[in-house]
Amino acid sequence: MSGDILVVVEHRDGVILDTTHELLGGAAKLAAAGGGDVVAVLLGSGLAGLAGSLDGASRAIIVDDPGLDAFSPSSYLAALVPLVRERAPDLVLVANSGPGMDVAAGLSAALDLPLAAYVTDITLDGGSPLVTCQLYAGKIQAAVRFEGGRGIATVVAGSFAPTAAGVSPTTETVPAASTDARIRFRGLHRPEAGDVDITREAVLVSVGRGIGEQDNIELVEALAAAVGGAVSSSRPIADSGWLPRTRQVGKSGLKVKPKVYLALGISGAPEHLEGMRGAELIIAVNTDPRAPIFSVAHYGAVADLLDVVPALTARLGG
Amino acid sequence: MDYVVLLKQVPDLAEELEIDSAGTGLDREWMSYVASEWDEYALEEALQLREANGGTVTCLALGVATGDVDEVLATCLARGADRVVKVGSFDESPDSHAAAAAFAEALEPIPHDLILTGVQAIDDLDGQVGPLLAARRGMPHLSVVTHIAVSGDGRSVTAHQEYAGGVVGEFEVDLPAVLGVQSSREAPRYAPVSRVRQLLKTATIETVDVAGGGPRSGLVVESMSVPETGAAAEMIAGNAQAIAERIAELLAERGITGGAAR
Ligand SMILES: Cc1cc2nc3c(=O)[nH]c(=O)nc-3n(C[C@H](O)[C@H](O)[C@H](O)COP(=O)(O)OP(=O)(O)OC[C@H]3O[C@@H](n4cnc5c(N)ncnc54)[C@H](O)[C@@H]3O)c2cc1C
Ligand SMILES: Nc1ncnc2c1ncn2[C@@H]1O[C@H](COP(=O)(O)O)[C@@H](O)[C@H]1O
Repeated sequence: MSGDILVVVEHRDGVILDTTHELLGGAAKLAAAGGGDVVAVLLGSGLAGLAGSLDGASRAIIVDDPGLDAFSPSSYLAALVPLVRERAPDLVLVANSGPGMDVAAGLSAALDLPLAAYVTDITLDGGSPLVTCQLYAGKIQAAVRFEGGRGIATVVAGSFAPTAAGVSPTTETVPAASTDARIRFRGLHRPEAGDVDITREAVLVSVGRGIGEQDNIELVEALAAAVGGAVSSSRPIADSGWLPRTRQVGKSGLKVKPKVYLALGISGAPEHLEGMRGAELIIAVNTDPRAPIFSVAHYGAVADLLDVVPALTARLGG
Repeated sequence: MDYVVLLKQVPDLAEELEIDSAGTGLDREWMSYVASEWDEYALEEALQLREANGGTVTCLALGVATGDVDEVLATCLARGADRVVKVGSFDESPDSHAAAAAFAEALEPIPHDLILTGVQAIDDLDGQVGPLLAARRGMPHLSVVTHIAVSGDGRSVTAHQEYAGGVVGEFEVDLPAVLGVQSSREAPRYAPVSRVRQLLKTATIETVDVAGGGPRSGLVVESMSVPETGAAAEMIAGNAQAIAERIAELLAERGITGGAAR
């Protein structure tokens, strides 16, 4: 086996995504221990200039094709399947994003390579990858190996640190082996700015499904006013229309880094943690003592938010 | 248009999960099961699309001995599905690769233009069934999808794929295709329990056999464990008053003293 680690690069609007830099950082560490190369694969059209910023990769394969002008699962897979088959890396790293889910599963099925999903850590054990996966919204973790030692991993954002070695990879440009335009990109939609920019607030009073009903949103609004912060939420609250989408924290919402993040009735699913684990102080209130939010919180209380919130608002003179 | 929805039950996260004696799986003896949240969105989308464009909605679930597959399928009928099919017979939920193979086989005689799955389920280790099924049947697949609309000629759909920060990509997807549904345009419709009970007695739940012995995930589970929650957090004891007091202190230590209403 080559020991090579292939990283599928994700980019949008001409910028390499943070999650790709994380994968390259993780791959660089593994390769340093295992002795293979980190090979970044950049699919696009006229994007060669981006290869210079793939810190952590020793080599970059640029698949340059007009059909790859924008992401499409079908065109990416048409190009990637033959490439991965030919280069036969030991490990393929893909971000656990929408495009990542499409590409990783497609590769696994087409190439008959095992796939480990929701990966949070990878180490080498006897030269082959030992992978930690999250299950049950973070309530269980599993340590898995690939039969035959080779496989694909979709990695949860925030699992690895990017590197800053400042070394550009050697590049090689190839055409796409084939194209498949059954999925066609039509454009990007950007969210409209909300009334409040939660990424700039020092204090976020964040609520999840534990709030129970829409009428209770008033309680957290009052608390936010009392602490001089803003209300944010988990996804289900925005999905229900109880708060605007612009208040959603997490994978498909916003990434926040406030001084204080109060997580009230939020279980702490990996997709939520992705957006807030960088907060300076996290205080969680949840009725479930086993809620995964308590593994990232600095302080926690097992209690009913409907009791704690009014008490805290009153205490703060709200 | 013929819509197909795949649905499953997953362990109820409100209950405590325990590891089995081998240390490589969950102890299923006392486990309770609930519908996988995202599958309900997929079904709602299929019903909405049928209402807008006509056609049929067929729901498929694997016949697994854990949980209650018949109830899942009867609930689909109560919500308005035209046809429900139980696929194969498994002692417990198979891995995603095996599930995809079973569905790929079962779909052979079932008309399908658009297959909707939940974007993910909480219990999968080896990736999502939707894209694996799509690959096996040579169909395109798009994950993390909202805003599905069928084109005028019925040969393609448009859909949004969600990215970070509320940015979405809009795509046109040729049919037949598989989409992984992230959320539905409206909350899943309610199925009265009495109606589900009645359907369990009277409705036809079709069954199809599958060959089995298909692919496996190729993953070897060395161990499963419950991560130490609260290992990081300092837990605050006492009643709501005491908790509020302590949180107020923590805020004050950081210069947040309240009364700063805006
Ligand atoms: C592709 C993708 C992207 C996603 N993006 C996001 C995202 O951006 N942001 C996001 O948040 N989620 C996202 N999700 C959804 C995520 O997986 C979870 O479903 C979601 O975070 C759960 O929200 P929650 O914690 O509010 O609800 P639940 O998981 O239902 O948790 C509710 C919690 O409240 C507690 N509780 C109940 N009653 C009370 C009470 N009275 N007092 C105190 N506690 C109580 C319960 O113990 C439980 O822990 C995404 C999912 C996918 C598949
Ligand atoms: N055993 C199953 N029975 C029915 N549908 C399933 C099954 N496994 C997966 N699915 C479908 O595939 C989606 C993704 O699940 P998963 O692949 O487990 O993440 C689910 O939301 C279902 O729509």
